[in-house]
Parts: sequence; C-alpha cells; structure tokens
Amino acid sequence: MQQDKLIEELQSGNEKAFSRIYELYSQSTYGIIFGIIKDAAVSEEVLQDVFIKIWNNASSYNPEKGRFFTWVLNIARNASIDKIRSKDFKNKKLNLKSDIFVDILESKSNFFGSIDAIGLQKYIDILGPTCRKLIDLLFFQGFTQKETSEELQMPLGTVKTKNRVCIDKLRAKVL
Amino acid sequence: MDINEYISSGILELYVYGSLTDEESREVTRILNQFPEVRTEVEEIEATLKDLSATLAPGNAENLIHAIKRKLGNNSKTIVMETRKTNNLPMYIGWAASVLFLMGLFFMFNKNQELRGELQALQGEKAQMESQIADARSDADKTKELLSVIRDKNIIKVPLAGQAVAPDAYATAYWDKTSNTTYIDVKDLPEPPRGMVYQVWSLKLEPLTPTSIGILDKYDEDENKIFALENTNPSEAFGITLEPAGGSKSPTMEQLYTLGVVSS
Repeated sequence: MQQDKLIEELQSGNEKAFSRIYELYSQSTYGIIFGIIKDAAVSEEVLQDVFIKIWNNASSYNPEKGRFFTWVLNIARNASIDKIRSKDFKNKKLNLKSDIFVDILESKSNFFGSIDAIGLQKYIDILGPTCRKLIDLLFFQGFTQKETSEELQMPLGTVKTKNRVCIDKLRAKVL
Repeated sequence: MDINEYISSGILELYVYGSLTDEESREVTRILNQFPEVRTEVEEIEATLKDLSATLAPGNAENLIHAIKRKLGNNSKTIVMETRKTNNLPMYIGWAASVLFLMGLFFMFNKNQELRGELQALQGEKAQMESQIADARSDADKTKELLSVIRDKNIIKVPLAGQAVAPDAYATAYWDKTSNTTYIDVKDLPEPPRGMVYQVWSLKLEPLTPTSIGILDKYDEDENKIFALENTNPSEAFGITLEPAGGSKSPTMEQLYTLGVVSS
C-alpha cells in the first residue's frame, strides 16, 4: 500500500517520491541495462535516460496492466536494446548464444573489480546453464514465452514451469 | 480456482517479466488484488529479480541521482530554450549584418552625394577662376597696349578741362596721328544719366567746325574708361558733350563737359 502511494506521488510530480523511487529501483535497473549492453559507461548514460523517462512518463504507468517494476523493466530493456541497435553501437553485437552471467563476470568492465563478482558467482553456481539462458531471454532480453520456446527449442509449457523452478532456486538462496 | 496451483504454474514469474499479453496481465492483476497470497508471491518474485539484476550492476547508481536531477530540472525547458538560442543566433547575426550593411550603403550613398556636390562646387569655382584669369589677362593686355600708346613719343596728349556744366570733370585725349586713332580717357567724367551718352568731337577752331568722332555708348562696359576712336581729322581741339542716346549731328554746346586745345 505504501508503494502504491509512492507511485501516486511520483505521478503527481513529487521530486521526493522520485528520489525514493530512484533509491528503490536504480541499482537493479542499472544491472538490467548492463546485462544487455555490457558496457559500463554506455549503461550509465542509458540509466540516466531511463530515469528521465520514468519522471517524464510516470503518468502513463497503469497499475492494472502490471507491476511498477515491470514498467521500469520495460523502459530499461527498450532503451538498452535501442542503444545496441543504434549506429554508434553497431560494433557490439548481441550474442544470444552466450551466457550473460559468465560474460559479465569475465567482461572488461570487471577488470577493476567494480562488479560484485562474489554475488555473481553465487548466481552462476545456483543456476544451471538452462536457468541462466531462460532468465537471460525472458528477464533481460524481454522475450515472450513463445519466442523463448523457439529459441531454446523447448515446449511452450516447459518454458513456464522450468522458469518457475529457476526462480524458486534463487528465492531459496537469496531471500 | 486453486490458488496454489495458479501460483506454481509459473504465470506470476512471466507477469513480473512482462512477457504476458496485455489481457493476461490485467487478469493476473485482478487475481493479485483478490488474493493476498498471490500478491505476496509476486512481491517475492520481484524482490528476487531486483536482487539478481542489482548484482549485475557495474557500479553504484546512487551517485548518478544528482546528474539526473539536474537534467530533470532543466530538461524540457532549457533544451527548448537552448535550441531556440542556437537557432536564432545566426538569424540575429544575419539581421545585424544586413542592418549594418544597409547603414553602410546609406552612408556611402550620402558620402557620394556630398562629394559630388563638392566636386560640382569646385568645378564651378574653377570655371569662375579660369574666366577671371582670362579677364585679368585680357585686361593686362589692354593695359599694356594703353601703356604703349601713352609712352609712344608720336602721341599727342590733350588734357580736356571741365567746363561750366561740370567744372570738376576731366578727360584726356591721346592722339596718334600715324594710326589716325584718338584714345579718350574719360575716367574722371561723371557717369552719364540714363538715356544719355557722351559724344566726342574733333574741332577746327577757325571757323569753329565740330566733327563727331565717336559715341561712348559702351561707357558702362569698359573698366578703364579709355576708348579708342578713329580720327582722320586735322583736329585743333577735342570736346565731349552729353547727348541723347544714339548721339547728335552737332554738339549741344550747353552740355559741353570738357574741352581741350591741341598744342601745336
């Protein structure tokens, strides 16, 4: 209920509400963006754009259609995908066959240890390759259930149930 | 509807991912608002995903809030104003340049007119000076000629003294017998009244016979007041009378201004 009120305040243009929303969502949004772009500097730039969009378009969020987190997630994914498809980013190709978690752990951006490598390693250990792939496509890339089933050559129903199992694994360890 | 079965179906995870259709999502929202255990489940899935993605972040997002807030405050308005500024600057420069150019043109036009006027005035002055120089030259020539006449030893000078009508009047006749010319200097004669002229007479004394040798009808025009008259007569005296314009056949003795006898 407190969350609903906070979002209402954001929608009415309250800057304090915006600050609180930023506190609550910026870190995970940053991770989503980086999960897609895999370049820290560009991700930082996109993160700023995403929160400016959140501020400017807050009124277009409709709670009936879904979670506020999902709305933010959609903005972040779209902005990131737009970025990697833009001209100035064409050298970095999205490789759907790669493993996002391993990629990030071994990426250049981690050279100075800025990434929470221990936390990341924990996820890699908990999740098997299939879970990592499912979460990458469904959560980070925003694939639909059908697209994921085609991409992974997995029955439609299995995508849903298998993903449920993956999330349960995370919940057991994290929460 | 079995809520536990619904929860374990995996639809709630897809709901949080945003991979359901609009209609499916609205359906989940309705159920979530109806069943607290569904809401709790969704909140837990969301928290897990938030935690997972936050772990992937390449740094701390906290420090970026200031940069974002600066952009929020300025974003819409300032950007519009800035674009307007950058758009207008060349236009203003353009206008200023054309105004300056026009002012420059106007100034040049004015200056040109001014110079033209000055040039015309100077040309006028120059023409005037030229004619003055020409006049002075011709005057000098005349004076030289007169001087040569006066200095000539063959010339007889006859002073003509004032008579009863004009006791103060005075004139001189220079008689060049070789060229049969008599020069009359009337500088000291009063100016003739309107419609009257001086007439010069050559006189023979025994008996008194006057012969007109000229009418000084160009009295006004001559600076020196020296007139050259042809005189072929064996003159014994010269007289000047005032006569009506056009002259008379015989002198009006009452209007005899000056008279002088040629000394032998």
